[in-house]
Amino acid sequence: MAEAARKGRGGRTLSAARLFKFHGGVHLEGHKDIATARPIQVAGVPSRLVLPLNQHVGGPAEALVAEGDKVLRGQPIGRPTGYVGAGVHASSSGTVIAIRDHPVPHPSGLTAPCVVIQTDGEDRSWDGYDPLSNYRTLNGPALRARVREAGLVGLGGAAFPTAVKLSAGSGLKALILNGAECEPYICCDDMLLRERASEVIAGAQALLHALEIERCVIAIEDDKPEALTALNAALEQEADPRLRVVVVPCLYPEGGEKQLIQVLTGEEVPASGVPPDIGYLVHNVGTAAAVARAVLQGEPLISRIVTVTGSGVARPGNVEVRLGTPVADVIDACGGYTEDARHLIMGGGMMGFPLASAEVPVIKATNCLLIATEADIRPRQPALPCIRCGECAVACPAHLLPQQLYWHARSENLDAATETGLFDCIECGSCDVVCPSNIPLTSYFRFAKAEVFARERERVSSDLARERFEAREQRLAAEAEAKRAKTEARKKALKKAGEDSSTRKAMIDDVVARSKARKADASGDKGSS
Amino acid sequence: MLIAVLAVAGLATVLGLALGYAAVRFRVDSDPVVDQIDALLPQTQCGQCTYAGCRPYAEAIAGGDAEINQCPPGGETTIRALADLLDRDFKPLNPEHGTEKPPALAVIDEDTCIGCTLCIQACPVDAILGAGKQMHTVIAAECTGCELCLPPCPVDCIIMEPVPTTLETWKWPKPLARAVGDER
Ligand code: SF4
Ligand code: SF4
Ligand code: SF4
Repeated sequence: MAEAARKGRGGRTLSAARLFKFHGGVHLEGHKDIATARPIQVAGVPSRLVLPLNQHVGGPAEALVAEGDKVLRGQPIGRPTGYVGAGVHASSSGTVIAIRDHPVPHPSGLTAPCVVIQTDGEDRSWDGYDPLSNYRTLNGPALRARVREAGLVGLGGAAFPTAVKLSAGSGLKALILNGAECEPYICCDDMLLRERASEVIAGAQALLHALEIERCVIAIEDDKPEALTALNAALEQEADPRLRVVVVPCLYPEGGEKQLIQVLTGEEVPASGVPPDIGYLVHNVGTAAAVARAVLQGEPLISRIVTVTGSGVARPGNVEVRLGTPVADVIDACGGYTEDARHLIMGGGMMGFPLASAEVPVIKATNCLLIATEADIRPRQPALPCIRCGECAVACPAHLLPQQLYWHARSENLDAATETGLFDCIECGSCDVVCPSNIPLTSYFRFAKAEVFARERERVSSDLARERFEAREQRLAAEAEAKRAKTEARKKALKKAGEDSSTRKAMIDDVVARSKARKADASGDKGSS
Repeated sequence: MLIAVLAVAGLATVLGLALGYAAVRFRVDSDPVVDQIDALLPQTQCGQCTYAGCRPYAEAIAGGDAEINQCPPGGETTIRALADLLDRDFKPLNPEHGTEKPPALAVIDEDTCIGCTLCIQACPVDAILGAGKQMHTVIAAECTGCELCLPPCPVDCIIMEPVPTTLETWKWPKPLARAVGDER
């Protein structure tokens, strides 16, 4: 078997299983060989690390350190605040010089709270987490706890907390490790598999143990023969019958978890469902390697492999970078910019977004830095009216009708957009690629989604305001009523008093007594304070 | 001491009764149209529409006494939504009532505040916390940005601060309508 695999693409025969197709998809130029020519380079520790407290899906972590604190490599500096969250660890030793807002990699170009560490160059290690080389004696929850304390999130780009995903429930059919890596330019998983396949396999075994299941499929696209060879060699050594490699034909966006599941199993994840609904769990191969490190070596997530590519960088390649390293330092480590570098993009050729500055740090979700020249990027032609050719619907992997969705999004008819499946759109950009009218369909869908979320937030806060307004109205009405009742009672009493001298005397006595009591209270207060 | 206890107890009884009475007496039998209109209003409760809050304005619209373009905080979005709901024509915001502004929150300069409680009384959603001669503060999560607390403050120590955009509230912008011959 491995022999066939070593013959490059012959590895496809490996997949005894039948493969299926997902709807739509587009064939794209891979541009992968730009950065696969040299081995993974380990970048040095930069003089300054900027670690955002929110690098994951979920609430931001809460800082555990203060300005001036000394920290060690691997020491927790932020703890998760909610169930869906992840901790943050210092990626080298040094001193916390600030906890402040700093630009972060985000399409908005905004700042967010970050821990800034001045490194001391010694890279001294914290000795907190024990290696769990005996993890087979532990149960699922104990392993999940380790994954959680190590701050692991999905390294494929989505950055969803791994421990949360792992608690998907029991009785799953299989774990799928996603090494499809279908997006143009990105090749960090390819390089990881070529050089560290055994780590991925160790991670797969730990994950199987945590999930208490017996089947794992590692999926890899057929444009990565070297990675396949390495993976097969490592598998042969391990001889673990629970693991199997399946080669899938190259088609964008096959790396989407729903698409990959469909290709492998022919089963479809329901529109607003998640893979565990039909018995599968998908993790990226890079995440699996990080799980292996966390479990077997007690190493929290403090570095990742980043593809640095494009014609705009002098020495493209894949670099293992400490999280928090400024993008500028990573580009320097790759020989700096070429003369005609124009665009700095985080992410791949389809779903990446432009960075406002190279001062932003590499974070857990940073799989690729694409430094493009004018020639690399097809300028967007002015959009023309939709001719209803239907090409976008043919290409859409989510079975949507992008032309119709576009219509609703553009007219801000958000209810209609939501009903047409807006939230099933995975923003893959396939529809944009095929649209003969150059309509920026995906941008419209992102806009519409953001608008739906914003209106939901507004609705929540206006409901709160309405509630408080009504409560106040009631309080005011009650106060007015109480006042009226009191005045009435007093009036009545006075009237009575006017007729009866003993009652009048009693009232006067009462007032005198009350005023005395008040005075005594006041002087008592003074005495005691 | 006993007198004080009795007085408080008496007060509590009176207030309790009054509250119970008020709850029955002032209960609003909600009108579905008014509810629907009210649901579309921003609930800033600022009174710029000339009514004493969003619900009274909703009632006025439902009763045919007010136009749909009197709410500046809601702006164009709200007017469009109202026009849709009531099957009326869209009309731009009536500038007599004010202009659409970016969202802002009231912030009290706590060093200048003299603790007069006037702002507390003005706040339509009880979002200001404080007591007599004590420094006051605004509960940011509950402030609607209505600005009603500004005029009563005798020392002008309340300012409106724009709500900053964060990663959580940032929105993807709408693509520019560059389409040739495809204008809305
Ligand atoms: S971006 Fe959305 S609508 Fe367009 S092809 Fe991808 S999933 Fe379909
Ligand atoms: S591909 Fe473009 S032109 Fe064709 S139907 Fe879709 S949006 Fe319209
Ligand atoms: S103007 Fe102010 S009070 Fe009137 S409806 Fe709008 S937000 Fe409510």
